[in-house]
Amino acid sequence: MDEILKIEHLTKKYDDITVLNDISLTVKKGEVLVIVGPSGCGKSTLLRCINNLEDIQDGKVNIEGKTGMVFQSYELFPHMTVLQNLMLAPVKVQKRKKDEVKKEAEQLLERVGLSSKKDNYPAQLSGGQKQRVAIVRALIMHPEVLLFDEVTAALDPEMVREVLDVILDLAKQDKTMLIVTHEMAFARAIADRVIFLEGGSIIEDTTPAEFFDAPRSERAKSFLRTFEFEKVH
Amino acid sequence: MDTGVITSYIPIFAKAFLLTLKIGWIGVALAFVTGIAGAFTLYFKIPLLSAAVKCYVELFRNTPLLVQLFFIYYGLPVLGFKISAEVCGAVGLGLLGGSYMTESIRSGLDAVPKIQMESAASLGLSRSQTFMSVILPQAFTISVPGLVANVIFLLKETSVFSAISLMDLMFTAKDLIGLYYNTTESLFLLVLFYIAMLLPVSFAGSVIEKKMRSKMFGGRDDGI
Repeated sequence: MDEILKIEHLTKKYDDITVLNDISLTVKKGEVLVIVGPSGCGKSTLLRCINNLEDIQDGKVNIEGKTGMVFQSYELFPHMTVLQNLMLAPVKVQKRKKDEVKKEAEQLLERVGLSSKKDNYPAQLSGGQKQRVAIVRALIMHPEVLLFDEVTAALDPEMVREVLDVILDLAKQDKTMLIVTHEMAFARAIADRVIFLEGGSIIEDTTPAEFFDAPRSERAKSFLRTFEFEKVH
Repeated sequence: MDTGVITSYIPIFAKAFLLTLKIGWIGVALAFVTGIAGAFTLYFKIPLLSAAVKCYVELFRNTPLLVQLFFIYYGLPVLGFKISAEVCGAVGLGLLGGSYMTESIRSGLDAVPKIQMESAASLGLSRSQTFMSVILPQAFTISVPGLVANVIFLLKETSVFSAISLMDLMFTAKDLIGLYYNTTESLFLLVLFYIAMLLPVSFAGSVIEKKMRSKMFGGRDDGI
């Protein structure tokens, strides 16, 4: 398989604080890479560096093609309808024809079960619906790599599933994805490969089965233990 | 109250009303132009100009319109520029209003979350596309209540125009009271015409606000 993303010795600092320390990573076409780790470990920053939202102090990020990003807080444009949100970038940036973009937008909305919401404003949608629109908005640009930054962290529990199902569906279509998440069951189900990040460094880089069943590092073990509960009664 | 007096005064007040309305709205238009220019300068942190805009805002926000009008009307001729009372009124109002508008629009621009810019950048929009399509419409919606309040405030401030002998509503009322002592009738008409001037603005303002804001901030419509 071809390499689609190659990160070499990436270092990111905010003033004196090192957030990412000498990260090297390659992602192949069609691979689903899940990035986990305690909060503040640099996982969101890593996605932001890949998406060129942060300047980096050292190293290189090489991407074959475009990236698309989905944010924890959706970040739909509140003054535009769902359809306008979806059509803005393809028409303005890619200079595609409106009719063609509209048709694709409607097809994609149908696939995520939101056809009836195309003329609604984001304020009229639930969190889960907003996030599904945000995913479609990234998809319609036909990015080579999709970046998901804790996309279910702001959602009510009953809405998490509808968003994760959309992402699972994308994995079946062999999209290349980098997913930062705290949903461990989801991570295990969707990942081809898991990266465990702590203190700005990659501690483990392995298969989901190995990471979840037999983590090598003490730090990964203690991280995974935070998701377990002892029986009380 | 003498209805005969009121009827006979109406044409005089109507004339003053039209003059006040004209100069008031020219002043408001100037204030918008100045405010947009000022706010953009501050938002894009244009060097030197930003500092100048900050000085301008503080100077005009912290001095009364009456004092500003005196400076323009009596001060400029000393420097060799003579302007009419009408131009002076409109320019004075424009400068005062510009300082308020600058602040309202700038705070609207600053209120749009930075992550909206990142969201637009992630979609490949250029900086100018992001500003025009994403930031500005949201900033405007956020600014609407402040802008409407400014317009009402500025139109009310026209009442000091009488100090530079502009025959506005206030001038007319004072003049008529001085001449004929029909105080009650004159003040009644004065209030009436001010309300006629400002009520439509308030009304239009709340309609615009409701339309724009409910769209952007409105609650979830479960009926759909």
